[in-house]
Amino acid sequence: MKIPILKLKDILITSIQIDLTDEEAIEFQTDVLAKVSEIDANGVVIDITALDVVDSFMARVLNNTATMVRLLGAEVVLCGMQPSVAITLVEMGRELIGVETALNLDQAVDNINELIKSRATTSLKERRLEPWMGCR
Amino acid sequence: MDGVQIEIRDTRDIIAARSAGRDMARDRGFGSADQTRLATAISELTRNVIQYAGNGFCTLSDRSNERDIIVHVVVEDSGPGIEDLAQAMEFGFSTSKGLGAGLPGTKRLVSSFEIESVPGHTVATIELTKRKII
Repeated sequence: MKIPILKLKDILITSIQIDLTDEEAIEFQTDVLAKVSEIDANGVVIDITALDVVDSFMARVLNNTATMVRLLGAEVVLCGMQPSVAITLVEMGRELIGVETALNLDQAVDNINELIKSRATTSLKERRLEPWMGCR
Repeated sequence: MDGVQIEIRDTRDIIAARSAGRDMARDRGFGSADQTRLATAISELTRNVIQYAGNGFCTLSDRSNERDIIVHVVVEDSGPGIEDLAQAMEFGFSTSKGLGAGLPGTKRLVSSFEIESVPGHTVATIELTKRKII
Protein backbone atom coordinates (compact mmCIF):
# COMPACT_ATOMS: atom_id res chain seq x y z
CA MET A 1 0.00 0.00 0.00
CA LYS A 2 1.50 3.29 -1.20
CA ILE A 3 1.35 6.33 1.02
CA PRO A 4 0.22 9.38 -0.94
CA ILE A 5 2.66 12.29 -0.98
CA LEU A 6 1.00 15.59 -1.85
CA LYS A 7 2.72 18.66 -3.21
CA LEU A 8 1.72 22.03 -1.78
CA LYS A 9 3.75 24.82 -3.40
CA ASP A 10 7.37 23.95 -2.57
CA ILE A 11 6.61 21.50 0.23
CA LEU A 12 5.44 17.91 0.38
CA ILE A 13 2.75 16.73 2.75
CA THR A 14 2.27 13.12 3.63
CA SER A 15 0.23 11.30 6.23
CA ILE A 16 0.89 7.78 7.44
CA GLN A 17 -2.62 6.43 7.98
CA ILE A 18 -1.97 2.73 8.47
CA ASP A 19 0.37 0.51 10.43
CA LEU A 20 3.37 -0.01 8.17
CA THR A 21 5.34 -3.19 7.93
CA ASP A 22 9.10 -2.72 7.99
CA GLU A 23 9.27 -3.10 4.23
CA GLU A 24 6.50 -0.54 3.70
CA ALA A 25 8.27 1.88 6.02
CA ILE A 26 11.47 1.62 3.97
CA GLU A 27 9.46 2.00 0.75
CA PHE A 28 7.88 5.14 2.19
CA GLN A 29 11.34 6.52 2.96
CA THR A 30 12.48 5.87 -0.60
CA ASP A 31 9.32 7.44 -2.05
CA VAL A 32 9.70 10.60 0.04
CA LEU A 33 13.31 11.03 -1.05
CA ALA A 34 12.48 10.42 -4.70
CA LYS A 35 9.65 12.95 -4.57
CA VAL A 36 11.79 15.61 -2.85
CA SER A 37 14.38 15.24 -5.56
CA GLU A 38 11.81 15.09 -8.35
CA ILE A 39 10.03 18.34 -7.52
CA ASP A 40 12.95 20.11 -5.78
CA ALA A 41 10.91 20.36 -2.60
CA ASN A 42 12.17 22.66 0.14
CA GLY A 43 10.36 20.86 2.91
CA VAL A 44 8.46 17.74 3.92
CA VAL A 45 5.72 17.45 6.51
CA ILE A 46 5.08 13.94 7.79
CA ASP A 47 1.84 13.51 9.70
CA ILE A 48 1.83 10.55 12.08
CA THR A 49 -1.53 11.15 13.79
CA ALA A 50 -2.74 7.68 12.90
CA LEU A 51 0.39 5.86 14.09
CA ASP A 52 -0.38 4.22 17.41
CA VAL A 53 2.98 2.45 17.67
CA VAL A 54 6.36 3.97 16.93
CA ASP A 55 8.88 1.32 17.95
CA SER A 56 12.65 1.62 17.66
CA PHE A 57 12.53 0.51 14.02
CA MET A 58 9.93 3.07 12.97
CA ALA A 59 11.70 5.75 15.01
CA ARG A 60 14.89 4.94 13.15
CA VAL A 61 13.16 5.10 9.78
CA LEU A 62 11.67 8.51 10.65
CA ASN A 63 15.03 9.77 11.94
CA ASN A 64 16.86 8.51 8.90
CA THR A 65 14.27 9.90 6.51
CA ALA A 66 14.66 13.34 8.09
CA THR A 67 18.45 13.11 7.90
CA MET A 68 18.36 12.03 4.27
CA VAL A 69 15.89 14.75 3.31
CA ARG A 70 18.16 17.30 4.96
CA LEU A 71 21.10 15.94 3.02
CA LEU A 72 19.14 16.63 -0.13
CA GLY A 73 18.77 20.20 1.09
CA ALA A 74 15.19 20.22 2.35
CA GLU A 75 13.64 20.41 5.81
CA VAL A 76 11.41 17.95 7.67
CA VAL A 77 8.74 18.47 10.32
CA LEU A 78 6.91 15.58 11.93
CA CYS A 79 3.45 16.27 13.29
CA GLY A 80 0.53 14.79 15.13
CA MET A 81 2.36 12.38 17.40
CA GLN A 82 -0.08 10.75 19.81
CA PRO A 83 0.56 11.41 23.51
CA SER A 84 0.95 7.71 24.29
CA VAL A 85 3.53 7.37 21.50
CA ALA A 86 5.50 10.31 22.92
CA ILE A 87 5.39 8.71 26.40
CA THR A 88 6.60 5.39 25.03
CA LEU A 89 9.43 6.92 23.00
CA VAL A 90 10.77 8.86 25.96
CA GLU A 91 10.51 5.87 28.27
CA MET A 92 12.36 3.67 25.80
CA GLY A 93 15.23 6.11 25.51
CA ARG A 94 15.24 9.70 24.54
CA GLU A 95 17.60 9.36 21.58
CA LEU A 96 14.93 7.86 19.41
CA ILE A 97 13.29 10.90 17.93
CA GLY A 98 15.54 13.75 16.89
CA VAL A 99 13.33 15.26 14.24
CA GLU A 100 11.67 18.66 14.36
CA THR A 101 8.08 18.14 15.54
CA ALA A 102 4.82 20.06 15.63
CA LEU A 103 1.50 19.55 17.37
CA ASN A 104 -0.61 19.50 14.24
CA LEU A 105 -0.53 20.05 10.49
CA ASP A 106 -1.16 23.81 10.75
CA GLN A 107 1.85 24.31 12.99
CA ALA A 108 3.94 21.91 10.95
CA VAL A 109 3.39 23.94 7.79
CA ASP A 110 4.19 27.17 9.69
CA ASN A 111 7.33 25.59 11.14
CA ILE A 112 8.56 24.24 7.86
CA ASN A 113 8.11 27.61 6.18
CA GLU A 114 10.07 29.20 9.04
CA LEU A 115 12.82 26.62 8.64
CA ILE A 116 12.99 27.18 4.90
CA LYS A 117 13.11 30.95 5.40
CA SER A 118 15.82 30.78 8.06
CA ARG A 119 17.85 28.43 5.91
CA ALA A 120 17.82 30.96 3.12
CA THR A 121 19.16 33.66 5.45
CA THR A 122 21.81 31.70 7.37
CA SER A 123 25.21 31.21 5.90
CA LEU A 124 26.46 27.75 5.12
CA LYS A 125 28.92 27.95 7.99
CA GLU A 126 26.17 28.51 10.51
CA ARG A 127 24.25 25.49 9.35
CA ARG A 128 25.32 22.52 11.27
CA LEU A 129 24.41 18.88 11.36
CA GLU A 130 22.39 18.04 14.43
CA PRO A 131 24.07 15.70 16.93
CA TRP A 132 21.39 13.04 16.43
CA MET A 133 22.53 12.60 12.87
CA GLY A 134 25.56 10.64 13.96
CA CYS A 135 25.16 6.90 14.23
CA ARG A 136 25.33 5.86 17.85
CA MET B 1 -7.74 -18.53 31.01
CA ASP B 2 -8.13 -17.41 27.42
CA GLY B 3 -5.07 -17.01 25.29
CA VAL B 4 -4.07 -16.09 21.78
CA GLN B 5 -1.13 -17.46 19.87
CA ILE B 6 0.28 -15.73 16.82
CA GLU B 7 2.85 -17.32 14.59
CA ILE B 8 5.62 -14.89 13.69
CA ARG B 9 6.87 -15.49 10.17
CA ASP B 10 7.15 -12.12 8.49
CA THR B 11 6.91 -8.45 9.39
CA ARG B 12 3.11 -8.42 8.94
CA ASP B 13 2.91 -10.74 11.92
CA ILE B 14 4.67 -8.08 14.02
CA ILE B 15 1.67 -5.83 13.38
CA ALA B 16 -0.78 -8.68 14.08
CA ALA B 17 0.94 -9.53 17.38
CA ARG B 18 1.12 -5.97 18.65
CA SER B 19 -2.51 -5.30 17.67
CA ALA B 20 -3.59 -8.41 19.57
CA GLY B 21 -1.61 -7.17 22.58
CA ARG B 22 -3.20 -3.76 22.39
CA ASP B 23 -6.68 -5.28 22.10
CA MET B 24 -6.14 -7.52 25.10
CA ALA B 25 -4.78 -4.64 27.20
CA ARG B 26 -7.72 -2.45 26.18
CA ASP B 27 -10.25 -5.19 26.95
CA ARG B 28 -8.73 -5.65 30.40
CA GLY B 29 -9.10 -1.95 31.19
CA PHE B 30 -5.58 -0.64 30.63
CA GLY B 31 -5.34 2.99 29.49
CA SER B 32 -4.00 4.14 26.14
CA ALA B 33 -0.45 4.74 27.40
CA ASP B 34 -0.27 1.19 28.77
CA GLN B 35 -1.80 -0.22 25.59
CA THR B 36 0.89 1.55 23.57
CA ARG B 37 3.66 0.42 25.95
CA LEU B 38 2.60 -3.19 25.56
CA ALA B 39 2.09 -2.95 21.78
CA THR B 40 5.53 -1.37 21.39
CA ALA B 41 7.20 -3.96 23.62
CA ILE B 42 5.62 -6.77 21.57
CA SER B 43 6.72 -5.04 18.39
CA GLU B 44 10.34 -4.95 19.56
CA LEU B 45 10.39 -8.58 20.70
CA THR B 46 8.66 -10.01 17.64
CA ARG B 47 10.95 -8.01 15.35
CA ASN B 48 13.92 -9.63 17.08
CA VAL B 49 12.34 -12.99 16.24
CA ILE B 50 12.14 -12.10 12.54
CA GLN B 51 15.57 -10.54 12.52
CA TYR B 52 17.55 -13.14 14.41
CA ALA B 53 15.57 -16.37 14.23
CA GLY B 54 13.36 -16.06 11.16
CA ASN B 55 10.22 -17.27 12.86
CA GLY B 56 8.65 -18.00 16.22
CA PHE B 57 5.56 -17.50 18.34
CA CYS B 58 3.92 -14.80 20.37
CA THR B 59 1.46 -16.01 22.98
CA LEU B 60 -0.81 -13.67 24.89
CA SER B 61 -2.80 -14.66 27.95
CA ASP B 62 -4.71 -13.16 30.81
CA ARG B 63 -3.01 -14.12 34.10
CA SER B 64 -5.05 -11.88 36.35
CA ASN B 65 -5.46 -12.85 40.01
CA GLU B 66 -7.62 -11.53 42.88
CA ARG B 67 -5.37 -8.54 43.31
CA ASP B 68 -4.00 -7.61 39.88
CA ILE B 69 -4.97 -7.52 36.24
CA ILE B 70 -2.09 -9.11 34.35
CA VAL B 71 -1.55 -9.44 30.62
CA HIS B 72 1.16 -12.02 30.09
CA VAL B 73 3.08 -12.25 26.81
CA VAL B 74 5.61 -14.86 25.77
CA VAL B 75 7.69 -14.37 22.63
CA GLU B 76 9.85 -17.32 21.70
CA ASP B 77 11.89 -18.67 18.85
CA SER B 78 14.25 -21.49 18.07
CA GLY B 79 16.94 -19.32 16.54
CA PRO B 80 20.65 -19.22 17.35
CA GLY B 81 20.04 -17.46 20.68
CA ILE B 82 21.62 -14.39 22.21
CA GLU B 83 25.27 -14.98 22.93
CA ASP B 84 25.73 -12.35 25.61
CA LEU B 85 22.44 -11.44 27.27
CA ALA B 86 23.98 -8.85 29.61
CA GLN B 87 25.47 -7.07 26.62
CA ALA B 88 22.19 -7.28 24.66
CA MET B 89 20.47 -5.55 27.57
CA GLU B 90 22.86 -2.59 27.42
CA PHE B 91 21.41 0.53 25.88
CA GLY B 92 23.11 1.29 22.59
CA PHE B 93 24.44 -2.19 21.97
CA SER B 94 23.40 -3.81 18.72
CA THR B 95 24.75 -6.59 16.56
CA SER B 96 22.55 -5.41 13.72
CA LYS B 97 22.19 -1.89 12.42
CA GLY B 98 19.64 -1.02 15.09
CA LEU B 99 19.80 1.74 17.64
CA GLY B 100 20.39 -0.84 20.33
CA ALA B 101 17.29 0.39 22.10
CA GLY B 102 15.19 -2.71 21.47
CA LEU B 103 15.67 -4.94 24.52
CA PRO B 104 16.58 -2.35 27.18
CA GLY B 105 13.84 -0.10 25.81
CA THR B 106 11.32 -2.92 26.01
CA LYS B 107 12.23 -3.61 29.61
CA ARG B 108 11.43 -0.03 30.55
CA LEU B 109 7.95 -0.24 29.05
CA VAL B 110 6.50 -3.17 30.94
CA SER B 111 5.90 -4.20 34.55
CA SER B 112 8.03 -7.30 34.31
CA PHE B 113 10.54 -8.53 31.78
CA GLU B 114 12.45 -11.78 31.66
CA ILE B 115 14.56 -13.24 28.94
CA GLU B 116 16.29 -16.59 28.68
CA SER B 117 18.37 -17.70 25.79
CA VAL B 118 20.27 -20.80 24.83
CA PRO B 119 21.23 -21.80 21.29
CA GLY B 120 17.99 -23.11 19.77
CA HIS B 121 15.59 -21.48 22.21
CA THR B 122 15.06 -17.87 23.22
CA VAL B 123 12.09 -16.95 25.41
CA ALA B 124 11.14 -13.42 26.39
CA THR B 125 8.33 -13.02 28.90
CA ILE B 126 6.73 -9.69 29.62
CA GLU B 127 3.79 -8.66 31.77
CA LEU B 128 1.66 -5.59 32.05
CA THR B 129 0.23 -5.37 35.55
CA LYS B 130 -2.38 -3.12 37.09
CA ARG B 131 -3.95 -3.17 40.55
CA LYS B 132 -7.61 -4.12 40.50
CA ILE B 133 -9.95 -1.45 41.75
CA ILE B 134 -12.02 -2.99 44.49
